[in-house]
Amino acid sequence: MAARLAHRLAVESAQVTADVIEVQEFPELIERYRVRGVPKVVINERVQFEGALPEAQFIRQVVLAIDGQTQPTDGEDADA
Amino acid sequence: MGFLSDRDTEYLKNLFAERLAHPVTVRLFTRESKLVLPGVRQCPTCRDARLILEELAGLSDQIQLEVHDVLAEADLARQYDIFDVPAIVLEGKNAGRVRFFGLPAGYEFATLVEDLLDVSRGEGDLSAETRRQLRAIRAPVVIRVLVTPT
Repeated sequence: MAARLAHRLAVESAQVTADVIEVQEFPELIERYRVRGVPKVVINERVQFEGALPEAQFIRQVVLAIDGQTQPTDGEDADA
Repeated sequence: MGFLSDRDTEYLKNLFAERLAHPVTVRLFTRESKLVLPGVRQCPTCRDARLILEELAGLSDQIQLEVHDVLAEADLARQYDIFDVPAIVLEGKNAGRVRFFGLPAGYEFATLVEDLLDVSRGEGDLSAETRRQLRAIRAPVVIRVLVTPT
């Protein structure tokens, strides 16, 4: 589950801020991040994907976001 | 009281008694003023967020709830980088920042409960490889997970 995974990463790394946002309460964010499906994950405002990713792929997206090699990908597993 | 059934209350009391090894501070940033102020949006879920967290904090001595009004404590809200309300910040043995924006109901309530356990012990059950990659991170990362109530 994307929300838990993001928070688990933040528990263990001082570099990570993880926000779980109930987006229906903040409609401007739906527009800003062009949310069509949930969960939608946005990392450093650069890398975005929808759906749940396994842990190994999720951390890879985090590293990509830092490296600036923006390769937006869509999550294949929708079992969020 | 009233969000949790008796059965859930018992379950959570036992869970926290067994697994909350260290204290956790739950900070709720809220805005419950009934005053209509120009430029200040109402917060329809702030009251429920407080009531849910009060009930949760009542289940364990290890959970300390601190309620902050963002108008009265604007400096603190800025310090915590709170961009909207209700916002919840968990503080224990966690290294990074664990936050919620919006009411932690439904699926997110389960997330909150599990987060409390992780924040208390400062560990998130990650694989060795994930930990290796996390340790290599030298720049700040903000992960936003956008969800809807389920």
